[in-house]
Amino acid sequence: MSATILRVCQALLLLASFALWQVLTASGVLPPFFFGEPLKVLEKIWQWFASGEIFPHLGITLLETLLAFLFGTALGLGVGLWLGLNRLAATLADPYIKAMNAMPRVILAPIFAVWFGLGVWSKVALGVTLVFFMVFFNVFQGVREVSPVVLANARMLGAGRRHLLRHIYLPSAMSWVFSSLHTSVGMAFVGAVVGEYLGSAKGVGYLILQAEGSFDINTVFAGILVLTAFALALDALVSLAEQRLMVWQPRHEA
Amino acid sequence: MTSMMSSLKSAAAAINLSKITCTFASLAKPVARPGDRPGVGAGDYTAVCEASLTVARGEFVSVVGPTGCGKSTLLNIAAGLIAPTAGEVTVFGTPLKGINRHAGYLFQSDALLPWMSAVDNVIVGLIFRGIRRADALERGHQWLARVGLSGHGHKYPHQLSGGMKKRLSPAQVLINDPDILLMDEPFSALDIQTRQLMENELLDLWSADRKSVLFITHDLEEAISLSDRVVVLSAGPETRPIGEFAITLPRPRDVAEVRMTPGFLELHKQIWDILKAEVQKGYRQGLAA
Repeated sequence: MSATILRVCQALLLLASFALWQVLTASGVLPPFFFGEPLKVLEKIWQWFASGEIFPHLGITLLETLLAFLFGTALGLGVGLWLGLNRLAATLADPYIKAMNAMPRVILAPIFAVWFGLGVWSKVALGVTLVFFMVFFNVFQGVREVSPVVLANARMLGAGRRHLLRHIYLPSAMSWVFSSLHTSVGMAFVGAVVGEYLGSAKGVGYLILQAEGSFDINTVFAGILVLTAFALALDALVSLAEQRLMVWQPRHEA
Repeated sequence: MTSMMSSLKSAAAAINLSKITCTFASLAKPVARPGDRPGVGAGDYTAVCEASLTVARGEFVSVVGPTGCGKSTLLNIAAGLIAPTAGEVTVFGTPLKGINRHAGYLFQSDALLPWMSAVDNVIVGLIFRGIRRADALERGHQWLARVGLSGHGHKYPHQLSGGMKKRLSPAQVLINDPDILLMDEPFSALDIQTRQLMENELLDLWSADRKSVLFITHDLEEAISLSDRVVVLSAGPETRPIGEFAITLPRPRDVAEVRMTPGFLELHKQIWDILKAEVQKGYRQGLAA
């Protein structure tokens, strides 16, 4: 099957599922009160974008995602490098890191809301806790798994501790960070939306929360669709960044 | 006689390994083996035992021995990557502490930095030494030309063929102009034709400024055709040198042609007589393991 036909079929699949949804709810097989009506959902989305009403909310959610991603990655990279290179500290911290990773961290959202208020920063904090561990474990692994031959070669070529960090450990860790980039961007997005959903005054999560409060199921679905579309767009952006920054890595053909 | 020779040489030697013992703590369940020496824990693996080896200034020394006999351990000790359990290493008369700063090391397996382009790989040693990037790049491109890789500088290692990578490694090492060259079977992965080309190129590079070379190989023909001296190691564990042969074949040599000369064949027979028993011993150990 050629790529164009594949794309057309994929689009048809989407259209078909919407049609099925429409038929089932319009005929009353599924109660529209609980399952919404796709035409009204699409109309709502259109209305949001046409009136521009959604843009401030989307902007806030994307800002939270971006900040959570940046801070979480920087923190994960720093701590991962530090613990990866310091065996004593790693052993010391090991049970606590395991415990913090095992903890369902979404539950921290109320605490962050108390600490940082209902604005942007409580959502960023939640996203950071999600992204951090993702990046941290990858960097930690990346540092531990630097090829011993490459390391020995760099040392023989005259690398000091700082050179090793800058030219060996960091690039090696970065390749692992990039391999987890898709997941960590997704995590940042989850942190932002869940944070908004649990308490906020702006953001797409807030729109969903409001709609749910008034049993406006169509608006809830509209919010979900918009979030999904933007999650996909973010993912495509990550793929683009990956292609530009990781030229040194052999491409893995699927 | 041999010990007198080496003590005379050691005065000005590029590398002098004196009674080196190297024991690795075993991670496996300790099993006492017959012949465990006092002070060495049961189950510890003594790769090298009281081995002495000298490389004079400007001398090309090859070390041959059966597979897995600890040749690389000896080389890593000379490089300062491993500290010996006992014994002394001196480099140009100074005891070695940490990495051997006089030495360049050509590894057996791929040791290029995968995240750097070919030219960045070549100049990375200069960058580590604090040389300005612009100056380093100029010399880097000269070296790329010298190893026949002009125009490939922007490529990353995964974009180069196996043979190209093998040519890049010497440029990466030699640009730093080390006094000593340590080589760990650098050509073992190449096909025989490419290998002989690279060996001849190595001899050309070496004859230009006569670096002191310690060359590890399991290929006796390669050792004889390149070297001034061939040292034979016993099968491991507790490897030690058991024979030393001066290779007096005239230079310059062509590694393919020198193999046909009567002198080469005579040397090959002499050395093989000693090496053969060790190779068989090593093979039997390999089967038993």
